Amino acid sequence: MARTVWGSTVGKKAVMAVSGLVMLLYLVVHMFGNLKIFFGPGTFDSYAHWLRTLGEPFLHYEWALWIIRVGLVVAVVAHGVAAYQLSRRDLRSRPVGYVHTKARSSYATRTMRWGGVILALFIVWHLLDLTTGTVQRGFVPGHPYHNVVAAFHDWWNNAIYIVAMLALGLHVRHGFWSAAQTLGAGSATRNRVLKGTANALALVLTAGFVAVPVGVMTGLVS
Amino acid sequence: MKLTLRIWRQHDTEAPGGMATYDVDGISPGMSFLEMLDTLNERLTVEGEEPVAFDHDCREGICGACSLVINGEAHGPERTTACQLHMRSFRDGDTIDVEPWRAAAFPVVRDLVVDRAAFDRIIQSGGYVSVPTGSAPEAHATPVPKAAADSAFEHAECIGCGACVAACPNGSAMLFTSAKVNHLGALPQGAPERETRVLDMVAQMDAEGFGGCTLAGECATACPKGIPLTSITAMNREWLRASRKVPRS
Ligand code: HEM
Ligand code: SF4
Ligand code: FES
Repeated sequence: MARTVWGSTVGKKAVMAVSGLVMLLYLVVHMFGNLKIFFGPGTFDSYAHWLRTLGEPFLHYEWALWIIRVGLVVAVVAHGVAAYQLSRRDLRSRPVGYVHTKARSSYATRTMRWGGVILALFIVWHLLDLTTGTVQRGFVPGHPYHNVVAAFHDWWNNAIYIVAMLALGLHVRHGFWSAAQTLGAGSATRNRVLKGTANALALVLTAGFVAVPVGVMTGLVS
Repeated sequence: MKLTLRIWRQHDTEAPGGMATYDVDGISPGMSFLEMLDTLNERLTVEGEEPVAFDHDCREGICGACSLVINGEAHGPERTTACQLHMRSFRDGDTIDVEPWRAAAFPVVRDLVVDRAAFDRIIQSGGYVSVPTGSAPEAHATPVPKAAADSAFEHAECIGCGACVAACPNGSAMLFTSAKVNHLGALPQGAPERETRVLDMVAQMDAEGFGGCTLAGECATACPKGIPLTSITAMNREWLRASRKVPRS
């Protein structure tokens, strides 16, 4: 019988929890970096440049950034594949549903699957928008401040980002607490603190990320 | 009380099933839900119809046989077993939906009766302690700390009814399995098989086709014995610990 980590529902869920927490850690740092935009083009662009020289002279130019990128791709793929496989199994385990249905779990809990899919699509859009510039008119490589301001001039792009960040908040709200249980860190006495931390993380992340498009829209950043 | 019942009828595992509507009259608020079904069945028998098949045994909330999803809730609106649910929880004129536990691992045998042998196989895979039999051991040979005894007892309350599986949006058996893992794991007598127990029971649970846990918490809400959701957290901890210690097979 399958006793490997990946072959067990409990082990696969642990892979989801760890990969989710890796992405979460990255997002907290990412959000913090984004907020530097409120200190003007000089601060923001030099921060972006520093990211590329990080670890020099031990690491070559941009190596640190690539190491982070590879780590994130591994996390996203592991998380997505595990989510897909576990979800399929969950749906198969109840082939005939109830006639009398009742939704009792919270909205955040019920939207983990579709919310996750929205986030996956958003990650692709975000990379094409602000990393490669493929979908952005007037993208200038190496000038992130200019590119952010240009990206958020279109109202519909603001809408995409804001909806995605609300989805992120919901995902983190259930995800952080859930990961703590999956990894065995929860207990009757600790769960209140864990739930509170999950809510705080969700709120801070969503507000921190949404601040940038809102800043551009209101002319605070231009 | 006068009630309208909509009950799942299915002749056998292969046959298609559906909801059938019955009116029942003369129900007293003091009757248990199963006595209410008895009243219906007496009438159906007199009228020459097949009575509704449902599981029951002790009728005092300790055997875990009764298994009805009432108005979409496993064991109905009160936090108890269906046999200990009384008709005073409903109102005159109510329409009540009664369905079997729904899970791929619990095939319907007939009407509201499902086959829960999957639970027996999970227990067989590791829900035991190996002890030498013959002469009774000295009672104080193995001291059990009070806290461990309390924790073991809390988890030993599980009656294996399967309401947790029925209530879970993923048809997961994590709460049931964790109750037994934590019950035996808390005791010194369970220590020698601590690692293999959790690994084997989780593997069997997966092999039976139950879903995984998404921490929705519906199982613990439905459990008539109050097995807490943190029981699953504790089993996850045990599983991760065991999978580091035991060589992979
Ligand atoms: C690639 C896109 C994503 C998909 C398809 C996805 C899907 C899922 C699904 C289906 C679950 C399980 C839900 C449940 O247990 O009810 C989950 C859990 C989780 N997700 Fe995601 N997600 C994605 C992106 C993210 C991101 C960007 C983060 C970073 C914050 C994240 C963090 C988490 C965490 C921490 C968990 C909890 C794991 C656990 O329950 O132990 N996910 N995700
Ligand atoms: S954990 Fe609770 S709901 Fe599940 S089988 Fe045991 S007693 Fe029934
Ligand atoms: S019939 Fe025994 S618990 Fe309900």
